[in-house]
Amino acid sequence: MKLTVRYFAAFRELTGVEMETLDTDASSPSDLFNECAARHTGLQKFTSSMVAVNDEMASWDSALSDGDEVLFFPPVAGG
Amino acid sequence: MNPFEISRREIDLVAFRKRLLDRSCGAYVQFDGWVRDHNEGQQVLRLEYEVYEPLAEREGQKIIEEAIQQFGVSRARAIHRGGLLELSDVAVVVGVSSAHRGEAFDACRYIIDQAKIRLPIWKKEYYANGTAEWVNCQRCSEAGHAHGVVTARAQQ
Repeated sequence: MKLTVRYFAAFRELTGVEMETLDTDASSPSDLFNECAARHTGLQKFTSSMVAVNDEMASWDSALSDGDEVLFFPPVAGG
Repeated sequence: MNPFEISRREIDLVAFRKRLLDRSCGAYVQFDGWVRDHNEGQQVLRLEYEVYEPLAEREGQKIIEEAIQQFGVSRARAIHRGGLLELSDVAVVVGVSSAHRGEAFDACRYIIDQAKIRLPIWKKEYYANGTAEWVNCQRCSEAGHAHGVVTARAQQ
């Protein structure tokens, strides 16, 4: 299936990519992240990283469907 | 209007407070977060907030609604800045009005604490030594985060 991945803040700088489309068999954001980390040296998931799918916060083991947009958020720091 | 807003411009604190005025309220608590000139031993010159606005505004609204419901306050709202900020700029403001002060303090604290951990907002600090880093990396470093890479790209 085809998925769109978006990287933010430190993740975007580590990958040098803002957005990419992948043909993948990843069944969860967690699997997908591992796949992305294999493509981009330096990209790794920190304990407080978060993920959103189609603009909704999601869990790392939620199910992905064809056409989903997956957003990878490094640890946040508002305020 | 969303009680949680992202603003790319300086926050008008007078207008902000005005919208929380309520004749049934005897207490108003406001928290301002300012840009500080130091962090973890580094001299900070300015900072930049990256915000993923669609989700930040929606999640921020949820936090405000939770606070109103949990603490029974009358009104609450918040504005968080995006973009480049200078020292002493207001980075975030939270305001809560209620009949009495206890719940207003509690709700205000809840909103700022939740905002810091739940909103897709990232802070990059620019230091006097010419480097720049994404904040929160005490946790990143535990995971072996390669700071040099981030710093080098930030300088381009």
